[in-house]
Amino acid sequence: MTTETLEPPSLAEPTNKRGFNVRTLSLVGLLVVIAVTFHFLSGGLFLSARNLYNLVVQTSVVAILACGMTLVIVTRNIDLSVGSVLGCVGMVIALLQIEIFPQDAAWNWPLTVAIGIGLGALIGAWHGVWIAYFGVPSFVVTLGGLLIFRGAAFEVAQGKTLAPFDPVYRLFGGGIDGALGVGPSWALFAIIMVLYGLGEVLVHRRQMRLGFDSTVRTKLLRFLAVFVVAAAFVATMNSYMKPRSDIGRGIPVPALVLLSVVLFMEFVTRFTTFGRYIFAIGGNIEAARLNGIPTRRTVLKVFIAMGVLCAIAAVVTTARLNAGTSSTGELLELSAIAAAVIGGASLSGGRGTIAGAVVGALIIQSLESGMVLIGASSSQRMVAIGLVLMVAVLADKYLSGEE
Amino acid sequence: MKPLIEMRGVSKAFGGVHAVEDVDVDLYPGEVVAVLGHNGAGKSTLMKMLAGAYRRDTGTVLVDGNPAELSSPAEAFDLGIETIHQTLALADNLDASANLFLGREIAWRVGPFKIMDSAQMRDHAAKVINQLNPRFTNLNTPCRDLSGGQRQTIAIARAIHFEARVLIMDEPTAALGPHETAMVGELIRELKAKGIGIFLISHDMHDVFDLADRLVVMKNGQVVGSAKKDDVTQDEVLGMIILGKCPPNAEPGPGARVSQ
Repeated sequence: MTTETLEPPSLAEPTNKRGFNVRTLSLVGLLVVIAVTFHFLSGGLFLSARNLYNLVVQTSVVAILACGMTLVIVTRNIDLSVGSVLGCVGMVIALLQIEIFPQDAAWNWPLTVAIGIGLGALIGAWHGVWIAYFGVPSFVVTLGGLLIFRGAAFEVAQGKTLAPFDPVYRLFGGGIDGALGVGPSWALFAIIMVLYGLGEVLVHRRQMRLGFDSTVRTKLLRFLAVFVVAAAFVATMNSYMKPRSDIGRGIPVPALVLLSVVLFMEFVTRFTTFGRYIFAIGGNIEAARLNGIPTRRTVLKVFIAMGVLCAIAAVVTTARLNAGTSSTGELLELSAIAAAVIGGASLSGGRGTIAGAVVGALIIQSLESGMVLIGASSSQRMVAIGLVLMVAVLADKYLSGEE
Repeated sequence: MKPLIEMRGVSKAFGGVHAVEDVDVDLYPGEVVAVLGHNGAGKSTLMKMLAGAYRRDTGTVLVDGNPAELSSPAEAFDLGIETIHQTLALADNLDASANLFLGREIAWRVGPFKIMDSAQMRDHAAKVINQLNPRFTNLNTPCRDLSGGQRQTIAIARAIHFEARVLIMDEPTAALGPHETAMVGELIRELKAKGIGIFLISHDMHDVFDLADRLVVMKNGQVVGSAKKDDVTQDEVLGMIILGKCPPNAEPGPGARVSQ
């Protein structure tokens, strides 16, 4: 009898005999090597609470975009416009919040965020219609989008820099007050661990009832690993103090935004028919069509999701900069694509994971951050990250044993 | 007995080329109708229109005597028309149960989402597949790593699980070894005994004379003729396929070559 698990088969990821995802595990290993190396090279700066806090905040934006990019890439498409869309939506939010709506109104920032997300969805739908219904290749459509929305970002305020944002809105950026605080951070940790544990127990009982060989050891090991990493994360974030005080910051708000995005996207890709269709389309679009899957509508929805994630990332970015500029988010599409690809998304479609994309984003940002700490110039950083991207895909090719 | 399927004057053109022209075909319960012809004769196009994969330009299709639009595969499925496509229509990155239920997952609607019941789908898939091929146990493996016979099993399992009343089989044995071909033949006889109507597209004259009750020959998108299997010889059928010549015992169609 072979070992049956209820791991989502749609992801079709290679797992080892204990049911762990080999690709994601090796990426985590790579991350550890990067962290330890830079920690020694930088004389103990890399693994300091301060650097890790900033690393988490910086990673959030790329990781949010990489989650959407993974879905796009799994359907065998690409989105080159995400940096420009982020810039454009950020400028619209800035213009509305700072110049159009009354600055002291309490409804101002929530309304501008809602409008920003609506605009992101609209831009995503615009791309999606061109790609899914007019049949123009996504490379071309989103290359157009890259130019159009960067231009639009300038036109919104004739290239002016708009500042400052509402103080509450700025919390999304993870600044001095933009974190959860020590107590609430631990409380959130406890709630999530309890829910996660309960979920695993429920899944296990269902597996037993249906007669599958449920692997208790794997589940326990995985739970412990998540527990330890999450606890270490919260402890580190809590040990980074606000300036001139002994008040710990706790989990930064951008990380909470990312966490919500990740949980939602994991849910969608693993458990919903929409997620299944995304993978089926990437695997064989003709088969998907012959089996009655609404392929065009599914691709359209993927691009709408990408647009919404661009808007969410725009909120985090502009809140962090506390300014709207027309150049915000330049080249971010490349980081998002690189993160998704390093995280195991295959450009030939049908393969990719949300967790992988997040780890991919962490790897890219760790390299950036680590090289900044050892005094590498931005040009040197570009060379290094370009090389890492290529090596990661090469290694992945051999790991997965593909032709 | 009432026919399951009546296709009347069905046509389809691709950019001015008549792929299927004015075709009439019937299918009765428990009947196997072989559709024969060269590559490009229009057999697959005709069957894809019945499967809802292509929309016909003109003509009517009656299912159980009721007109059917057949504008999508989903509509064909609802009418009990299942297809085993020549390509098998499998997503290679997904496993057997995901492919079996592809597009028709067991799921609960929650708000805008449909949450899949993977355990139940796995359970059903294991039962159907085990019934067809007891040695097929690697249900967790992505289809790209399965053998031709196992892939075929998944495509057949779809039709069985969703209780086809009309089954279209497009070259079902083309990629199979002799043992597996015999299994497909056995299956066709079983389904026929249950009253399922089957359209069988095949190049294999031996299969056709072994399994079919009736055959329809197409050439250049038109029907050359149709005949009961016992009324024609293999040579006569070859003559229909190659020359478009309708023998005296067959009922000629619009595509029959008129002898000078």
